[in-house]
Amino acid sequence: MSLLSVTNLRISLQTHRGLAIAVREVSFALERGKSLGLIGESGSGKSIMALSLLGLLPEQAHVSGSIRFAGQELAGADEKTWCKLRGNRIGMVFQEPMTALNPVHTIGHQVAEPLRLHEGLSLRQAREKALALLNRVGIPDPVKRIDAYPHQFSGGQRQRITIAMALACGPDLLIADEPTTALDVTVQRQILELIQDLVTERNMALLLISHDLGLIAQNVEHMLVMYGGSIVESGPTQGVFSRMAHPYTQGLFAARPRLGQRGIDGRRVRLSTIGGSVPELIDLPSGCPFYGRCPIGIEACAQTVPGPVALGAGHVVRCIRTGESI
Amino acid sequence: MLSANMRLFILKRVITLLATLVGASLVVFLVLEILPGNAAQMLMGPDADPEAVVELATRLGLDQPAMVRYGHWVGGLLTGDLGTSYAYSSPVLELIQERLALTVPLALMAMILTTVLAISAGLYAAARHNRAGDVGIMGLTQIGIAIPNFWFAILLILLFSVHLNWFSAGGFPGWGDGFWPAFQSLVLPAISLAVVQAAILARITRSAVLEVLREDFVRTARSKGLSQRAALWRHVLRNAMIPVITVMGLQFANLLAGTIVVENVFYLPGLGRLIFQSIANRDLIVVRNCVMLLAAMVVTVNFLVDVLYAVIDPRVKASDI
Amino acid sequence: MTVGFNQRALRHPSFLLGGALTLLLLLAASLSLFWTPWPVFEVNMPGKLASPSAAHWLGTDPFGRDVASLLLVGARNSILVGVIAVSIGMTAGTALGLIAAASKGWIEELIMRLSDFTFAFPAILSAIMMTAVFGAGIVNSIIAIGIFNIPTFARVTRASANAIWSREFILAARACGKGPVRITLEHVLPNILSVLIVQGTIQFALAILAEAALSYLGLGTQPPQPSWGRMLSEAQSLLFQAPLLAVFPGVAIVLAVLGLNLMGDGLRDVLDPRLARMR
Repeated sequence: MSLLSVTNLRISLQTHRGLAIAVREVSFALERGKSLGLIGESGSGKSIMALSLLGLLPEQAHVSGSIRFAGQELAGADEKTWCKLRGNRIGMVFQEPMTALNPVHTIGHQVAEPLRLHEGLSLRQAREKALALLNRVGIPDPVKRIDAYPHQFSGGQRQRITIAMALACGPDLLIADEPTTALDVTVQRQILELIQDLVTERNMALLLISHDLGLIAQNVEHMLVMYGGSIVESGPTQGVFSRMAHPYTQGLFAARPRLGQRGIDGRRVRLSTIGGSVPELIDLPSGCPFYGRCPIGIEACAQTVPGPVALGAGHVVRCIRTGESI
Repeated sequence: MLSANMRLFILKRVITLLATLVGASLVVFLVLEILPGNAAQMLMGPDADPEAVVELATRLGLDQPAMVRYGHWVGGLLTGDLGTSYAYSSPVLELIQERLALTVPLALMAMILTTVLAISAGLYAAARHNRAGDVGIMGLTQIGIAIPNFWFAILLILLFSVHLNWFSAGGFPGWGDGFWPAFQSLVLPAISLAVVQAAILARITRSAVLEVLREDFVRTARSKGLSQRAALWRHVLRNAMIPVITVMGLQFANLLAGTIVVENVFYLPGLGRLIFQSIANRDLIVVRNCVMLLAAMVVTVNFLVDVLYAVIDPRVKASDI
Repeated sequence: MTVGFNQRALRHPSFLLGGALTLLLLLAASLSLFWTPWPVFEVNMPGKLASPSAAHWLGTDPFGRDVASLLLVGARNSILVGVIAVSIGMTAGTALGLIAAASKGWIEELIMRLSDFTFAFPAILSAIMMTAVFGAGIVNSIIAIGIFNIPTFARVTRASANAIWSREFILAARACGKGPVRITLEHVLPNILSVLIVQGTIQFALAILAEAALSYLGLGTQPPQPSWGRMLSEAQSLLFQAPLLAVFPGVAIVLAVLGLNLMGDGLRDVLDPRLARMR
């Protein structure tokens, strides 16, 4: 049985312009100790989906479908159920480390908080454990710094602290939503390595969300490509990268800037882009969400949402013209 | 025990406090002694006998140069000799002490009432944002800030004294005759003072809480498993209090100003009433000292608020003034 | 901008309600210039302290004068004080604020310190002092209230002006060689107008409250000119005989101030919806 099993998840949001479908018929599974990457641009619905796995969606959101975690159905669960899971069985790391911590509490207090909440530890016990955690995530001189305030730390350090907080109670699943996007490049690598080490050490499942193909290629075993609220391609990372079956995935890959890129005639090549821009979730076309920007789109694409096409070894794509793509 | 940073911060604030007090004393002196021209003439009125005016002027020391009179006064402030009241013929210090025995408890009662009402209303409204509770509180506070405090006082008298006869319509029996009757006479005045202030503060509390609720660290707290309520009390409140406390400090000045009017409504022999009567009596010595006292109280409270601010918010450093 | 303004304005409940109340106030004041149900300066002792009736909708005061008429003329008074006091505060305060923002350095510090300093003196206290020292009456109370509006406008203007000064189009203007005076008048001022208008309505409301308090204490409008504040002080000694006398002027004050506040809040949202905060 999978640790996390999402089936036909559909999330709609009531906005002032009408109903927006942020996530449509998303299904995937994640096994204990495995890693899954979710790639998509801003506006693809990936963050909303991540929040739904913790039950942190705004009130105007409506969720249908199934989210099963360790055999327990979570879609439509009440707040009490969610509170028992959050920070305890499921941990989450967010994108913005600079604002993720409460400025008026010490980091020791904040790291100890889930320990006292879920494991009922006393102040002293929680503090000891927090100290060990801070040490493990690489905060220098933790004994002194445990009583320091967030504004006294750099962005990278703050992200380490949030990782410590998320992992404090030993969750089974870690969701990392763009954990390194707001950090300097040199720090990004360190943070990812830290996450990888911890995940392996504790045999946790990892859901890594990013817009960066390179990150996904290097850090996860399986991947999902999300566009306009739907999963357009999914499969083992190796498989997807060796044969990109969806025009969007191809477009993403082709759009990577490369140093010293030259064409056949030796002249420098223009950066390839995907024409058009990401539509608002409320303005999505009725068929394939990528229709309109797709270089090989035909009328049939706009009529219905493409069904899944299995390409072997777990690689699935939703495109009716997958044979034509380069 | 205090960090070096904190010590420096407090020192800088104390210097600002003293500078402001000196500045305030100069302004008070200027407005009351210099500008009106011949103070003795004013005291006695336009039809007074010129010789009597001169005599009074000499007696009050008004023939001396301004700087000397100022120095005399400040010296007196520091030693506790505040002069003698023209209208009451008693030492000003005694007068003020008597009156403070009423105004200080009144201000405290009003402040406590304001705080309790405002923070609970503000929290309630923020927690029920955009629902009936929120709209209701916002409506009430809108009306609250439009109500003149003296009118509310009169309405309270109308209801509780005239109709229900629960409280007297004014007057103060003094603490000597027992705590309870004196306390009772301060209840309606304290409520009148508190209502308008509470309306303002409730709105501020509400918007401060709403602002903080939108911060990322609240989402982090929820993702750790804290319930809405736990997140509100343990994470939101302390951050929201920062702007609220600042406003409370500013409101203190308004509170004191309010006592001037409210004490008149209820015929309470407090500091506010003394100021008003002395102004009417042209008893400049009393006015000068009372105004200085009020200014000193306001400035001191603001100083305390600043220090409190630094205690609550660890991000405030000595360089922030 | 005007088209958008009208659309948003007509849909905004605060603005509509506030605007309606303010309009009512203005109409009452204007009407009183031509007509009041009963003459306001004639004493009618036999008819004193009458209860509300068909003839005297709100009753009569201790001198037999019709309360409704007194309220209408009182409205005129309140508006007069509000308009002039706010004008004084706005012109001087805005000028100071603009100068502070344009000059930076010690001039800005000085202006700001001075206006912060006035916080030590509660406005009502200073107004009382000034009217008592220089004489009671409507003129002096207008001046006193006006002077105490100046620091508020200075502070608000400076804050908004500073925000504009740091924008790129100002940099462009300076690169063209425009001096600070021209930039202030041509670029900064037009952009902070909406903030000033909103602050103006709020200060107008506060001025009405301040004038009412001063009149209540006997330091504002002098008899026989009717004034809402003074009506309340007269009513206080007659609470047993004629309680309603203490109600109506207060309601008038509340409605006027409420109307202005609501309109100010509405204007704030309507004039610059980009700034629409969490309401």
